Amino acid sequence: MKPHRRKKLTIIGFIATGLAVAIGLSLYALSNTIDLFFTPSQIAAGEVNNGQRIRIGGMVKEGSVVKSQESLHVEFITTDYSHDLQVRYDGILPDLFREGQGVVAEGMVNNGVFEASRVLAKHDENYMSVEVKAALDSAERARSMPVMATEGGQ
Amino acid sequence: MFDNIQFASVGEFFQMGKYTFHVWSVYGLFAVFLFVNLFKPRMQRRQFIREQRQKALRDKQIAQQSVEQERADALGEGQ
Amino acid sequence: MWQWFFRLGSPKWFYEMSGKWLPWLFVLMTALLSVGIVWALLYVPQDYQQGDTIRIMYVHVPVASISLACFPLMAVAGIITLVWKMKLADMVAKCAAPIGAWFTAVALATGAIWGQPIWGTWWAWDARLTSMLIQFFLLIGVIALRSAIESTDAAAKACALLSIVGAINVPIIKYSVEWWNTLHQPASNFSMAEDSPMGPEIWVPLVIMIFAVYCFFVISLILSTRNEILERERRSQWVVDLIADERTN
Repeated sequence: MKPHRRKKLTIIGFIATGLAVAIGLSLYALSNTIDLFFTPSQIAAGEVNNGQRIRIGGMVKEGSVVKSQESLHVEFITTDYSHDLQVRYDGILPDLFREGQGVVAEGMVNNGVFEASRVLAKHDENYMSVEVKAALDSAERARSMPVMATEGGQ
Repeated sequence: MFDNIQFASVGEFFQMGKYTFHVWSVYGLFAVFLFVNLFKPRMQRRQFIREQRQKALRDKQIAQQSVEQERADALGEGQ
Repeated sequence: MWQWFFRLGSPKWFYEMSGKWLPWLFVLMTALLSVGIVWALLYVPQDYQQGDTIRIMYVHVPVASISLACFPLMAVAGIITLVWKMKLADMVAKCAAPIGAWFTAVALATGAIWGQPIWGTWWAWDARLTSMLIQFFLLIGVIALRSAIESTDAAAKACALLSIVGAINVPIIKYSVEWWNTLHQPASNFSMAEDSPMGPEIWVPLVIMIFAVYCFFVISLILSTRNEILERERRSQWVVDLIADERTN
């Protein structure tokens, strides 16, 4: 390679690394605001003020969903497995909303309860056919069955 | 392998469960995307060659005209 | 040692070689696309959560992942343009920008169509979606910059620099789902095992579609680069001869 070309290549290399470092650092500094949502643990730690409009994200706790009979009102608990947060919501839930599923909710914290104005479902990265899922579930049941049988016997 | 088609009927296939619009609009968009990006360059190429041919023809005519003109001038001067 | 490199940089050589590759690439793409699309639409089992919308993945994921190849390609071409002043590299970079913008737009649109029923919204300002939108605007910026500068050489240099800087966005898009919490799910871990839940029946057609869309990207890039070569070399004898010989209506 000719010397003046090598020099040019070095200059470009320097500019590119410099920019990469600068952008990397500023993104790192911004990383809290780039996050789409707060977790229940962050809410519990008091990182958010009452009445501030935010998004929260977590898993819908198993057995926590209570749907109203006559209206669209629904209450459930989101969890990140270390802290829980009660959510209240009036509106249509996305197709994927169910217990054990990730959700992102928009709204504000009011006396320790999250008043949601919108609830989105978070899809996980697992794809499974209906049959495979059914087979997995029945295998799971079969494994837990003997335990229940001995408990029932006592 | 070829016996486990996921749909019992053609109607069911076009229905795509409750996601008729979503699935088919994605595949429709994909088809448009393929078509445009494969055929646009072909059209442009054809257009370019046509233009260049016309230009070459025009240049030739102009050259010929000027040759004729020169010849006419030469004849005129001769008389 | 550098000889092959400079021969590759000759537009005439590239034009002749790519003319030989194109039919093969076209056959390969058609075969992969037909197998991939039929497989995805007819044979892929419905997902236990998202039902038939899983079929959207077989378009969205290949298009989105190949859209990420565009900026690295333009950046490498840009470095070659700046350091070695190779004309062909700039022609490829120029043609890659609009194709990349198409790929990015289709990835965003198909993602929105999928997100609308599954997430409950077609858009969220999360890190993955936003960085992808930034890629789209960067590509529009590269195209605009090129058309704003009249001198071909100056435009080549400016676009090369913008492409090198813009390539920094690519790892941000790729790792956004791991660095920040987002609505978009992280990349899936597909398994080779026949009996795994995310086994071959789901990922084999995806791999076929990725190769098919890669072929499509290469073909459309070659097609428009060939046009660019003819345009820029129209005064050289080989192009004049070629136009005279070409049989078109």
